[in-house]
Amino acid sequence: MEEKYIKHRYEPILPSKDEWPVVKLARERKDFVKKVSEKSQRRILNQTGNNPEILKEELETTLYREKLRIKQNPWVVDPDDEAEFWGKVKASLLHINSENKLSDAQRIHEYQQILESITTRYSEEIASNFKHQHYKFIRSVVTFGFARLLNAARVKGFKSIFSNQYSLQDKIQITGETDQLRDLATKGTIVMVPTHFSNLDSILIGWIISVLGLPPFIYGAGLNLFNISIFAYFMDALGAYKVDRRKKNLVYLETLKTYSKEAIRFGCHSLFFPGGTRSRSGMIESKLKLGLLSTAIEAQRSNYQHGLDEINGKVFIVPVTINYHFVLEAPSLIRDYLSITGQERYYKENDEFSTSYKISKFLIKFFTKGSDISVSVGKAMDVLGNYVDENGDSLDQHGRVINPKHYFMSNGEVNVDHQREEEYTQMLGKRIVEEFHRINRVFSSHLVAFTAFEMIQARNSKLDLFDLIRLPEEEIFIDYQEFKDDCQRVYDQIMRLREEGKIKIAPHMKQGMDEIIAHGLDNVGMYHAKRPLIQNKQGQIVTEDISLLYFYHNRLHGYGLEKLF
Amino acid sequence: MDLKNFSKDAVVGVVGVGSFGTVIANMLAEKNKVLVYARKEEVVEEINQFHRAQNREFDPTILATHDPEELCNSCHTIFFMVPSSGFQEVARKFAPFLQPYHLVIHGTKGLCLDLPEGKDLDSLKSINRRRILTMSEVLQKETVAVRVGCLAGPNISKELALSQPAATVIASKFNEVILEGQRLLRSERFQVYGNSDIIGVELSGVLKNIIAIAAGALAGLGLGENAKGLLISRGMVEMIHLSKALGGSVKSVFGLAGVGDLVTTCNSVNSRNFTVGYRLAKGEKLSEILADMEEVAEGINTVKIIKGFLESADLRAPITENLYRVLFEELEIEEALQFLMKYPFNVDVDFV
Repeated sequence: MEEKYIKHRYEPILPSKDEWPVVKLARERKDFVKKVSEKSQRRILNQTGNNPEILKEELETTLYREKLRIKQNPWVVDPDDEAEFWGKVKASLLHINSENKLSDAQRIHEYQQILESITTRYSEEIASNFKHQHYKFIRSVVTFGFARLLNAARVKGFKSIFSNQYSLQDKIQITGETDQLRDLATKGTIVMVPTHFSNLDSILIGWIISVLGLPPFIYGAGLNLFNISIFAYFMDALGAYKVDRRKKNLVYLETLKTYSKEAIRFGCHSLFFPGGTRSRSGMIESKLKLGLLSTAIEAQRSNYQHGLDEINGKVFIVPVTINYHFVLEAPSLIRDYLSITGQERYYKENDEFSTSYKISKFLIKFFTKGSDISVSVGKAMDVLGNYVDENGDSLDQHGRVINPKHYFMSNGEVNVDHQREEEYTQMLGKRIVEEFHRINRVFSSHLVAFTAFEMIQARNSKLDLFDLIRLPEEEIFIDYQEFKDDCQRVYDQIMRLREEGKIKIAPHMKQGMDEIIAHGLDNVGMYHAKRPLIQNKQGQIVTEDISLLYFYHNRLHGYGLEKLF
Repeated sequence: MDLKNFSKDAVVGVVGVGSFGTVIANMLAEKNKVLVYARKEEVVEEINQFHRAQNREFDPTILATHDPEELCNSCHTIFFMVPSSGFQEVARKFAPFLQPYHLVIHGTKGLCLDLPEGKDLDSLKSINRRRILTMSEVLQKETVAVRVGCLAGPNISKELALSQPAATVIASKFNEVILEGQRLLRSERFQVYGNSDIIGVELSGVLKNIIAIAAGALAGLGLGENAKGLLISRGMVEMIHLSKALGGSVKSVFGLAGVGDLVTTCNSVNSRNFTVGYRLAKGEKLSEILADMEEVAEGINTVKIIKGFLESADLRAPITENLYRVLFEELEIEEALQFLMKYPFNVDVDFV
């Protein structure tokens, strides 16, 4: 077989934990938080052009939004002294406003002090709480515990609980440019950008990073996950810093970006889910949230500005796709998606992962039944999206070595140009989406879901999406032979794309079409109460939930395969 | 001239010494050192020795080279002023020497095709947008340069050479490219506007050439100003729809590079595209006209490409379609005109 799965555990690239950047960062946490706070202040002051009026307005907006948030959307994880803190901010602001003797410089100074208290609070809140002991513990729980569960389910008999016949790596297949990733992680700083379909992704990626022998990556995890104690423990242990999506004020966003940028500059390998949140539609992310991505570019430029021209100052972007037959949250994700695109402005976040109990139940289901996951690691790129060679040097489209520093230069010097970097971030975002499509692995379940939904759509070409998903499921039948023929057509086209290097396929796709279909039907959304696609007693293909079918179908969106119908 | 305007010995590069390239090189030479690239060695010699080539005068400070590497190494900012037919080839020639620090601004009002191996325009029935490249897209595809811009607007070389007042648009997604273009080119008689919609500006410059051929044909038929007003207005509507379909913003068509250039070209006997239309209307064959034209009329190739694009898009562009039939299918101009007069264009404005 051309693609071999990684079955062994790699040696750690940095054997001593004291060398791990994330451990170093944890050790210097206090200084680091202070640095982030100071740098964020400077950024915000720059943006307000040192104008006391604009700064005042920013602070007042921040205060207003924070008070509103505390009132309307409180979370378990929020600290108790929030109301008190913002009350103080309010009092100080009022105080400065009532003093009319102050000169501009004095006012700026006073406002700056308030700003400082806010950025310090935010930096402290964002900063991760990595503890090596916890990390070790979690890692062994994940590998050991899951391996037990797995073997208990698959190996029959009393002794099963002690069997080592199956390891987690039979379940979760890792493919792609893993050697390059390991190598570059010793040379420069990695920013990994995976697709995001399920809340399980962060734990999964954390585990994969450890299997590959890499030191833990830091990443921004939604603060909502910290509401759930089991997740909070996992996240802290994995080096997560906290991203609070409720806070959209400038001061918070700038502090968050500064944190991310400084951590990358510190040499911490980082993980961004560039889609921002889980893909609601089940499509591969095509519009990325560029905020955090821009910090990778800024960090790179900053390194060049400080003369870190060698590879140790280089930032590498590594796209990763995670492929599932089954996404636990699919029903609520697709419901959200449909209600958002259906122009309903407000939707309630509804998580299957809302309690520790539900998660445990899912994990047991997941590990005891056969549903494979594959993770493909893409080629590393520089921050402009150029591939890099084995030395980590950037290559242009003709394979010539180029210096990415030149992208940040004007008249022979590295300079700061935010508008330029915004454009670069857009370009990088596009490149990542391209790579996602390229390294995406087609599963049998994607193929059958895609084909079935497209066939239903083609038969009802007058209906738009929203009418289509309201079709009564019991009236939809697809003849098996027709289904098989269409699957074959889609399959052939996928194989053509594969030859052009535009997509990858899982090994189970190299069987006869009947086997692929059977495999796909068995696996597509297998644990949902209502299955997206099954074969009825008459041998026809039917669906029990067409929105779910749509969700799984979307995985193959963006390849022009729709044109076949 | 103020010394401040000389920025640290920076040399500006100009690739191509056609009429427009020469004018731009001369304008740049007022404030900067300029190095021009010409493919032929004898042209380079002539410029360096006599400051003239192919009957065009060069500012005596302008130096010439036929070595792409030398040009790339000496210049941070490079103007590509070559016709679209040779653009890809020139871009490939420069690709090994261009670096990410280069700012590249082009002044070519044409399109290129990115066709699969062994295919050409005539063998394909329809062409989708992916296969059509504007010049900035060619630069990004073939070279490592990302900070690219384009220069477009009513800039007839003969008038610029006479130092008559004019203006142009520099379009780029990068502000620094616009600012650099303005810094280098702006003068008392040359105004430089900026626009961030580079695709829209490129397309405006490209699409107006089609209408210019039609305008020439009307003039050749001896028709008057009413007909011209009709053509310019309907032509602009067609440009808007095409530009939108190809990824440009409607706004840019209303700008200097769109309507500004359209009005100029449709009134100018100096325009090559206009001349093609004019001579066609006088009864000459396309092959005869092309045979004795010194420089290419971009509009002809554009008509061909847009016709191919129309086959793949759900869009009608009656002026372009009929012009295609006149140019390549021997439709008589009078017949095409009749057809257009009967075409049900009954809505005046349907794009805002």
